[in-house]
Amino acid sequence: MEEKRNKAAGIGGLISAAVLPFIIGLILALVIGWWAFPLVLFKEVPQPVAFKHSPHSEVMECADCHFLREDGSFSGIPTTAECASCHESAQGESRAEAEYIEKYVNGEQEAPWLVHQKQPDNAFFSHAAHSLESCQQMGCHADYEKAEDLCITCHPSTADLDKPVPYLENRLTGYSNSTMKMWECERCHANPNHLDMTNANNACYTCHK
Amino acid sequence: MASVSKEFKVKWGMVIDVDKCTGCGACMVACQAENNIAPVTDASDKRRSLNWLLVYELSNGKAYPEHEVAYLPRPCQQCGSYPCASVCPVVATDKNEEGGIVSQVPSRCIGCRYCMAACPYHARYFNWFDPVWPSGMDKIITPDVSVRPRGVVEKCSFCHHRFMQAKDRARVAGKDVYDLEDGEYITACTETCPNGAIAFGDLLNEKHRVYHLSRSKYAFRLLERLGTEPQVYYLSKREWVRRQGDNYLQNEPTPVKG
Repeated sequence: MEEKRNKAAGIGGLISAAVLPFIIGLILALVIGWWAFPLVLFKEVPQPVAFKHSPHSEVMECADCHFLREDGSFSGIPTTAECASCHESAQGESRAEAEYIEKYVNGEQEAPWLVHQKQPDNAFFSHAAHSLESCQQMGCHADYEKAEDLCITCHPSTADLDKPVPYLENRLTGYSNSTMKMWECERCHANPNHLDMTNANNACYTCHK
Repeated sequence: MASVSKEFKVKWGMVIDVDKCTGCGACMVACQAENNIAPVTDASDKRRSLNWLLVYELSNGKAYPEHEVAYLPRPCQQCGSYPCASVCPVVATDKNEEGGIVSQVPSRCIGCRYCMAACPYHARYFNWFDPVWPSGMDKIITPDVSVRPRGVVEKCSFCHHRFMQAKDRARVAGKDVYDLEDGEYITACTETCPNGAIAFGDLLNEKHRVYHLSRSKYAFRLLERLGTEPQVYYLSKREWVRRQGDNYLQNEPTPVKG
């Protein structure tokens, strides 16, 4: 009996001496890696104007501001002139709107909006190539019913948000933390199901420049 | 060297009429401006400066009054059987996109310069300096062309960004991106040449001018017998010019086509 008890105490001692520090270390590392390090790496940069999507999406379609131009390029952000077609004078009583009209509409300059999904300099992303029709043509993605279903696979939906999504800038690279990573492109481009069916091949020059 | 030429449905190619080229160098300037090649402090140092497109002067080697010169613009030859991509250890350069343009991704390049040693056309250049534009000139940087840092190899891409733009225009218009009209996608040098010496298009599409020009009996390619299958053709009615396209023995006749 005496020996057994000693043995049990020995195992308990082993757990507290070796396993516990390991678990504490693991938790500490996870906390640093997932919480502290991103706090140090990314800094929040405010948008030039505290833009709210929700009041706009109540009265407008997404495509009124975000549309393909005739030359194939994409108008991601409306120009000040396009905004001024409604906001020539204040539509509401918000301070952000008054500031926007004062500074950008009356000042006749473009607001330096920060784009969350802005591509790095060496990538050429074509919105025209990623159209709803091209996804539906083989009948594979019938679940995409309208253009927005496709848009939100890369751009998280902001239509119902009352405040701007915080823009987090990487202090080292200067990129947004939600820049599209190459593995996200490869989910489709390197997918064997897509080869020979669409133009989504994995050649370097398909995306890179 | 890769011995089998890679084939595509569309093969972008260039036909340069050497007899029409006056050597003015407008194509080189257009290329430099279009592709964001920064001016260097001493451009006379040819070991340290770079051109994606270079105009060579050819001479028939005879004394006056028989002396004749010709000018030969040399972009990347976009070889079907590419010596450069087959030696790249990091796949920074490859030929795998429809259209047959040899890709060069600067951010992937490690600057080992194997490809420069492999290229028989000296079409590849090493970037010795970080690009710096005189104040104000940086405003005219082409947005769709990536600016290369020092320490990487770069080369002519047949103005690939213009291909991307042409494809996007075709998509919005509901047209087939692999059946572009002649002239819908052309390079900056083609557009600029004041004498129309450069023709650009799909070498496999009968509706394109280059299809017929490249099959002319006056057409030749550089160092054709190496088997690199370049996608750049040259035209000249002068035999001595065609003869300079390859290394012939003194008594060897210049091959005649057709």
